[in-house]
Amino acid sequence: MITIEFLGPIQKEKITLEASTLNDVAEHLNKDAELKTWIETCAVAVNDVMVMDLNTSLKSGDRVSLLPPVCGG
Amino acid sequence: MLELFDGPVPVEETLARWYQEEAQSNYGAFIPFVGTIREEDGISGLSFDIYEPILNSWYEAWVLKAKEAGAIIKMAHSRGDVPLHESSYIAAIFSPKRRVALEMIDEFVEDFKASAPIWKYDLKDGQRIYAKDRSTAINGAGLLGGKA
Repeated sequence: MITIEFLGPIQKEKITLEASTLNDVAEHLNKDAELKTWIETCAVAVNDVMVMDLNTSLKSGDRVSLLPPVCGG
Repeated sequence: MLELFDGPVPVEETLARWYQEEAQSNYGAFIPFVGTIREEDGISGLSFDIYEPILNSWYEAWVLKAKEAGAIIKMAHSRGDVPLHESSYIAAIFSPKRRVALEMIDEFVEDFKASAPIWKYDLKDGQRIYAKDRSTAINGAGLLGGKA
């Protein structure tokens, strides 16, 4: 099982999921109409490291974070 | 050093302290940037969420980059609510000569705006409203939507 967490303004509790790559995560999250608009603008981190590849493999215990558009300062 | 404050950043104390910390370090240039909350669109202030693990790694990469240029970086930011005319952000570069610090403060603040995992909210009419239109998608955004 992996955990997906939603950072900042995305008002959603974390979820757990069986997934072996980020592709599996994408497939699952795209089924959620409420999340679909966020997904288009969110960057992704696995265990707090930014990732750019949907083929990134995942193992049990991994934590996937969705980071919506930022505005510090 | 990365410093986070609950509420406004104490500007005078922080700038004075940073100046003192490096007073004997032989840097010829000290260039701070102070971000202050402006009255705009009827807001009473701004509020911030921070995701510290990724903010820390982003910041550490900049510390190394500065070191390679012979410079150092200091940064302070607010968590939670900051009222009008208070400050939520200070960044500063110290370098032996001015050119490195002048260029790096520009590059650092722009990258901060585009990449640091901090989310801004307007405080207005008792509500905390995500400043979506002023926010920037982080490089690589849209990966899970297949648009990266």
